[in-house]
Amino acid sequence: MSQGKPPDGTPDSQWPLWEVFIQPQYGAPHEHCGSVHAVDAEQALLNARDVYARRNEGMNLWVVPSSAIVGSTPEDVGPFFDPANDKAYRHPQFYKVPRGVKVF
Amino acid sequence: MQTPHTDDPARVAAFEARIARGEVIEPKDWMPDRYRKQLVRMMSQHAHSEIVGMLPEGNWITRAPSLRRKMSLLAKVQDEAGHGLYIYCGTETLGVDRHELVGDLLSGKAKYSSIFNYPTLTWADVGVIGWFVDGAAIVNQTMLAKASYGPYARAMVRICKEENFHKRQGYESVATLARGTPGQRAMVQDAVNRWWWPSLMMFGPNDKDSPNSAELTRWGVKKKGNDELRQRFVNLTVPQAQAVHLTLPDPALKYNEASGNWEFGQIDWDEFWTVVKGDGPCNRERLAARRKAHEEGAWVRAAAEAHAAKQRASTVAAA
Repeated sequence: MSQGKPPDGTPDSQWPLWEVFIQPQYGAPHEHCGSVHAVDAEQALLNARDVYARRNEGMNLWVVPSSAIVGSTPEDVGPFFDPANDKAYRHPQFYKVPRGVKVF
Repeated sequence: MQTPHTDDPARVAAFEARIARGEVIEPKDWMPDRYRKQLVRMMSQHAHSEIVGMLPEGNWITRAPSLRRKMSLLAKVQDEAGHGLYIYCGTETLGVDRHELVGDLLSGKAKYSSIFNYPTLTWADVGVIGWFVDGAAIVNQTMLAKASYGPYARAMVRICKEENFHKRQGYESVATLARGTPGQRAMVQDAVNRWWWPSLMMFGPNDKDSPNSAELTRWGVKKKGNDELRQRFVNLTVPQAQAVHLTLPDPALKYNEASGNWEFGQIDWDEFWTVVKGDGPCNRERLAARRKAHEEGAWVRAAAEAHAAKQRASTVAAA
């Protein structure tokens, strides 16, 4: 595709990728819902609204450059989360209470 | 074996065990090269179909018979653009750029659903497309919402919710024409006659003739065969046609009490392959329209890029 290349030579329909997070209702956490391409943050927000919120799906949107997201590695899922594996004492079920007492 | 030798057999076995346990594969997970390739092919074809699918109906936006119908049609066509974007975004998680995918569509290398290579000759076609084509898409996509690849499955969940509006608005329009004047009735019956068989072809070749299906099924991308989905669509649609007193153009159509299925006649697979290979009624017109839209949009993309560059420069200057 040689048509319409912007001056800096990046592919014409590419632009940076932004991950989109939507807050379905007030008080709820933002959830990842997809991604959009956009030249800048402002356009990324408008594109995210038009692509992911055409039916009032959310109260708030975040857009984050995809390159800024750092994730754990699926291959390392075992060793990475291993520190939590032997700590049953972090759960309430670990603790015994006298028979017949209601704790909650 | 279709798995190339570059894939470590132990990793392939572990991957297939994950699929067998019903686990969902995410972008950064290890996957066989062939799984990735098949998904890129299938998902990009699906995305292209959404984008090309805007053309036959977009053709009628300016001629919709009322403001209500025009608003619905505009919203539906806009949804199709959104669906294309959801799926392109899902495909990009497999390590391809949308730019490459769009390039393959415009060069004619990539395929899209053959249904969109048929013309929309009358207003009734718009209603029948919503009813048949979106109805068939719902049957297919409801299955794909359980696909083993997470980003694809999640895109399908969103799409299915929106397709329900597409189908309902189509069926409402068909029902309105079907109880209208004799001319309107004849027009909608003619549209039904023209769209019925191509809609059945949307589910793809019979399972025995579908080389990709076996692999996609083995890896949990497809959970049901083409023939099973096609039968489900026929079973859902026949009573809907009867309810609005329209006939389906198939003399062999009859209900089988024992199986509970509506049996149907022979599909013209020669026609299907002719259209797939590029010689359908509108293949050239559709691609030409996409290329024109892409080229005529070049200045908008260039302007957005220039604006962003200017904003960046002024932010730097102000700092």
